[in-house]
Amino acid sequence: MSAPRSIVVVGASLAGLRAVDALRRRGFDGTLTWIGEESRLPYDRPPLSKQVLRGEWTPDRTALKANYDALGADLRLGRRATSLDVGARRVSLDDGTSVPFDGLVVATGAAPRKLPGMDALSGVHVLRTLDDALRIREELGKKPRVAIVGGGYVGLEVAASCRALGLDVTVVEALPLPLAPAIGETMAREIVEMHRAEGVDVRTSSGVSGFVGERDVEGLRLSDGSVVFAELVVVGIGVVPNTAWLEGSGVALDGGVLCDSRLRTNVPGIVACGDVVRFENALFGERMRVEHWTSAVEQASAAVASLLDGDAAPPLATVPYFWSDQYDAKIQFAGRVAPNDALKVLEGSVKDRNLVAIYGRAGKMRGVLVVNKPAALIRNRKAITDGAAFPD
Amino acid sequence: MKIIVDFDVCQSHGLCTEAAPEVFEIRDDGFLYILKEEPEEALRGKVERAVRECPTGAIQVEG
Repeated sequence: MSAPRSIVVVGASLAGLRAVDALRRRGFDGTLTWIGEESRLPYDRPPLSKQVLRGEWTPDRTALKANYDALGADLRLGRRATSLDVGARRVSLDDGTSVPFDGLVVATGAAPRKLPGMDALSGVHVLRTLDDALRIREELGKKPRVAIVGGGYVGLEVAASCRALGLDVTVVEALPLPLAPAIGETMAREIVEMHRAEGVDVRTSSGVSGFVGERDVEGLRLSDGSVVFAELVVVGIGVVPNTAWLEGSGVALDGGVLCDSRLRTNVPGIVACGDVVRFENALFGERMRVEHWTSAVEQASAAVASLLDGDAAPPLATVPYFWSDQYDAKIQFAGRVAPNDALKVLEGSVKDRNLVAIYGRAGKMRGVLVVNKPAALIRNRKAITDGAAFPD
Repeated sequence: MKIIVDFDVCQSHGLCTEAAPEVFEIRDDGFLYILKEEPEEALRGKVERAVRECPTGAIQVEG
């Protein structure tokens, strides 16, 4: 198809911003319409569970750097895309208008999963947006007992931030070990033990059967019948990609917007990037949906390249990377591991706040986990990219 | 072109060292070192990529 003259970017968080930026940087000088559901300019999410929650950063410090004048986009904030017509090539918005496009970038992200009944109670929150973080921060000032549902990275970072504020914290996790699917059982156990040593009451293999309280939350009722009393509950049980507006449009969906290794959907001229995407990672030869900061940045750049260059754009072959700051542990992970992958600890332990561990399968290195060892992370991520062998 | 890093903001993610290994290095002490404070023009593309990929926005380029 010919070069697009009008492009719509739907989504105004990190991936959307970086797509708009990449389009202009690469010389796209046509009409650019940019839709964002939140009323705020793009901001950075990683600090929300840490610096913002602990009250160390004012909200404005989370703003993502951008020169909006130079981007020259028709930015429509507080607007949500409601449907897509691939035949007419138009995106419909929640104000009843629609926007035509030659090229479309889908960057609508993901929304937190909720628990039944939570919206009817005050004091129960998800943490995804800056407004969520500010609401939680305000309530933390009243020194509540805190219960966190879900022991994933968001939940554990919130737990660490609340402990830094001196609060009583309970983490309730449905799995026998949180994080185990992402980093394996051995390392997951060490991270749970770190939280226990820091004073967090971590309850594993515990489902939540309901809430205690009428108007204000007073606690959680667990599947074994016990009750965790808390005046503040944070629910961190994962996210669902925001694809409802694309259902029935003809854009293929399967656990996210399905993309090839160039971030192209099945519809010509429509690409996607960020948390909403399930793409074919050329390095691992498997489809993956990755919710990391770095993936959003890499995918935005790759999606724009294929929108403008088509087949000439390189496929995205990358080792997913994320980090998590908990207490004085900077945890970094790169790769993609399965539950039965072999683990080799090269140095230290989580307890020592000093760790280098690698993962492998079939003689090939697949992942690296470090604590407070950034140089080792970089070295080993590079080794995975280069197809390094996993030593027996 | 002159490289300015805000070391209070840098968290040693090291993505800059992948983008522009001629200019940035994370050593075993965990800290970032700037190998070339005024890199040659030929490295501009790599340096700009390092700026974009830094998760904490710690790198600036002057000139």
